[in-house]
Amino acid sequence: MCLAIPALIKAIEDKEAEAEIGGITRRISLWLTPEARVGDYVLVHTGYAINVLDQGEAEETLTLLRQIAELAEEEG
Amino acid sequence: MRFISEFRRSELAEGLISQIHRKSRTPARFMEFCGGHTVTIFRYGIRQVLPSTIEMVSGPGCPICVTANADLDKAIALSQVPDVIITTFGDMLKVPGSRSSLQQVKADGAQVHTVYSTMDALKIAEDNPDKSVVFLGIGFETTAPTIAASILQAEEKGIRNYYVLSLHKLCPPVIQALLDSGEVKLDGLICPGHVSAIIGSHPWDFIARDYGIPCVVSGFEPLDILQCVDMLVAQVENGQSRVEIAYRRGVHPEGNQQALRLMEQVFEPSPAQWRGMGEVPDSGLKIREKYQRFDAELAFDIEPGPTREAVGCICGDILRGVKTPDDCKLFGKACVPENPIGPCMVSSEGSCSAYYLYGGSFGG
Amino acid sequence: MEDKILLAHGSGGKLAHELVEKSFVKALANPLLSRLDDSAVFDLSGRLAFTTDSYVVSPIFFPGGDIGKLAVCGTVNDLAMCGAKPLYLSLSFIIEEGLPQSGLEQIVNSVQKAAGEAGVEIITGDTKVVHKGSADKLFINTAGVGIIAEGIDISGSNARPGDKVILSGTIGDHGIAVISQREGLSFSTRLESDCAPLGDLVAEMLNASQNIHCLRDPTRGGLATSLNELAKQSGVSIRIEEEKIPVREEVLAACEMLGFDPLYVANEGKLVAIVPAEDADKFLKAMRRNRYGKNVAIIGEVGAEHPGRVVMKTVLGASRIVDMLVGDLLPRIC
Repeated sequence: MCLAIPALIKAIEDKEAEAEIGGITRRISLWLTPEARVGDYVLVHTGYAINVLDQGEAEETLTLLRQIAELAEEEG
Repeated sequence: MRFISEFRRSELAEGLISQIHRKSRTPARFMEFCGGHTVTIFRYGIRQVLPSTIEMVSGPGCPICVTANADLDKAIALSQVPDVIITTFGDMLKVPGSRSSLQQVKADGAQVHTVYSTMDALKIAEDNPDKSVVFLGIGFETTAPTIAASILQAEEKGIRNYYVLSLHKLCPPVIQALLDSGEVKLDGLICPGHVSAIIGSHPWDFIARDYGIPCVVSGFEPLDILQCVDMLVAQVENGQSRVEIAYRRGVHPEGNQQALRLMEQVFEPSPAQWRGMGEVPDSGLKIREKYQRFDAELAFDIEPGPTREAVGCICGDILRGVKTPDDCKLFGKACVPENPIGPCMVSSEGSCSAYYLYGGSFGG
Repeated sequence: MEDKILLAHGSGGKLAHELVEKSFVKALANPLLSRLDDSAVFDLSGRLAFTTDSYVVSPIFFPGGDIGKLAVCGTVNDLAMCGAKPLYLSLSFIIEEGLPQSGLEQIVNSVQKAAGEAGVEIITGDTKVVHKGSADKLFINTAGVGIIAEGIDISGSNARPGDKVILSGTIGDHGIAVISQREGLSFSTRLESDCAPLGDLVAEMLNASQNIHCLRDPTRGGLATSLNELAKQSGVSIRIEEEKIPVREEVLAACEMLGFDPLYVANEGKLVAIVPAEDADKFLKAMRRNRYGKNVAIIGEVGAEHPGRVVMKTVLGASRIVDMLVGDLLPRIC
C-alpha cells in the first residue's frame, strides 16, 4: 500500500501547497508536515505530504549503490 | 522524475543483484508485508533476478484484500441510503462483498465517486450541502492520519455533511498475529516503507527482538527492494536480527510525530476483522467519541445483511502466506480479474492479481 | 442568456433545419453534404474499408482537442490502420438538451479543421436532441469509408516471428490529458491530448514499402491491449523492452501519482506497426519525417514461444507478462 511520490513544493498558502512532480502540479495538504518549506521535496500520499524527503540521505544512498556497482564490476 | 528515476537505474541494479548472489549462501524466506512492495516485486520481475537461495512470499499488506466482507457490506449498505454520496479511493470499487460491489451498485444508480484524496471528498461535501458525503476510510497507518486530518478540516470549516466509515487497520498487531500463528516460518521481513514513514522503525523492534527475525524498512523502487534484500541477506549470513532502515530518505526512526498526533487525536485502537485472520485485537481504528458526529456507522441506520464468504476462495490463506495463488482451484478459471471472486484478485496489489497480470511464476 | 440547444432542434422542424444549415452545412461545406438528400450518393470502386465508431468522451473539451476532433481522427485512423486512404465520413450528433450553442459551434469547427487536415469530407449526418440526463452533453457516432490500394494486405493476423514492433511516439498523452480535467482527480499540466489524424503518416509509410504486416492504433486499453490483440490474432508472442518505450515525463508523473501503468492509458494519435525486420529502418526514416512520428521507436519484436502473450523485459533484465486491460483504469492508493 501507500503510493506516495516525491514532489517539489513551489508555493505555500496556509496549510496547503502547490507541489510539482515531473511537470504536473497539484494542490496538496501540509497538515501532516507543517515544517515543510518551499524548495523541499515531500512524499505525497493521496494529496497529503506525509514526510519531508531527506535529500542528503537520498544522495548517500545513491553513492552507496554506486559503490556497490563499482565493486561488483571489479569482482565480476 | 527526481528521487524516482535514479532508483530505477539498471546499472545500479546489476551491482546489487551481483552482490546478493555473492553473499547469499543460507536458504532464506523473506516476506514483503506491504502491497506496494508486492507490485514492485512483480512489475520488475525481482523474484527472477534473485538467487535460488532466496524464497519470496507475500503477506497480508493489501488493505483492500484484508477488508472483511462484513465491512464491505456496510459500505454497500451506506450507498443505498437516500441522499448519500459515497466517496472512495478507486481501489474499493470492484471488490466483491457478500452480494454486490460498489461498482455494481453504482451501475444501479447509487452515487459513488472515485477520488484521489479526502481533499476532493471535502470539496464534494461543500458543493453538495443537501447531501451526506461518506468517505470510505481504508488503508493502514500511511492513510489514517490523512483521514484524521480531513475530519479536523471538516470541523475547522464547519462542514456538517462529511462522514467517515473507518475501516483502517494497523500493521504491527497483524504482523504479530501472523507470526504467532506459526504458519509461516520467516527469515526476514521487508517492512512497509510509507507506514514506517508515519510510525517510524521502532514499532518493528519486537519482531527482531522477540522472534529473532531480521527486519529492513524498504522504499518502493526496484533499487530500494534490492537494497533491502541485500541488507536482509547480510543479517542472515551474520546471524543477526535487527531493525534497519534502507529507505533512509523517507523514514526516520521516530516517524512523523505530527501525523501520529493527529491520528491519536481523532482515532483510538479497536478490534478489527481481518480477512483470513478473523478478529485481531487493537488492530483497527475507531473514531473517538469527541468526533463521533463524523462517524458514518453512528450517523446512519443501515442493515448490511448476512455476511457470506465466496465458496472455494482461499484469499485468507494466501494473505497469510501459507498458500500461493497457484494453490487455489479458482485461480485463473472462475476467478479472473474481469470476474473476481475474492479481493486478492481485484486489488491491484493483491497476490492473485499480481500473479495473474504479471505472470506470477513466469520466467522465475 | 446564452443560446442553448433545445429539444425542438432535433425534431425535424424549422429550428432543426436552421441548426443543420447554419451550424453544420455551412461549416462543413462540401457538394455532397450541401445536397441534403436523405443519403449521400457517390461513385467508388475498388477494395473498400468501412468503419463505425461512437464517441462519448467526458469532458467534451479537453487540453489539445474536443469530442469533434476526436470523432474525425478516431474514424480516420481506423481506416488508416487497414491501409486505406480515408475518404468520406458520416457524422451523427446526439445532443443533450441545454448544451450551449456556442459549444456546439466550437465542436463543429473542430470537426471541420480535423477533416480538412485529414483530407476527408463529412458527406452525411444526423442530429437528435434528447432530454436532460439522457446523454452526457454530447455523443457522436461516425461511420467512415476509405479505399485500399492494390497489393496492400494489412491485418492483425499477419505478424510473423522475427518481425519488429514499431511505436510511432509517446504513450499515455491522451488519457492523462483527459483525466487531468476530471472532478476528484484534477491536477494541472501542460500535457495535451495527442489526438491526430494518421492517414498521411500511413500513406508515407506505404510509400517507403508496402510490406506492413500489422497496424493498430492503441486507443482505449492502451498499448498493452493492442499488443495483446495482435499477439492473439496472429498466434505469436510479442516481446517488448520497457526502456525503449517513449513516455513523456508528465505522463509518467501523473501515472505515478494516480497509480496507473502508462501501458494501459489511452492514445488518440499513435500507431503500432509490425513489419519485417529488414524493412524496419525504412519505416523509421519515413515516420520520423512526419510530424506525428517524431518520437518513433522500435520497442520490440515478434517471437514464436508463448503464442498469444506479450512479454516485457524490465529495467532489471527480468521478464514479465503484460496482460490486457481489465475493466476501467482506476486510480489507486495502494
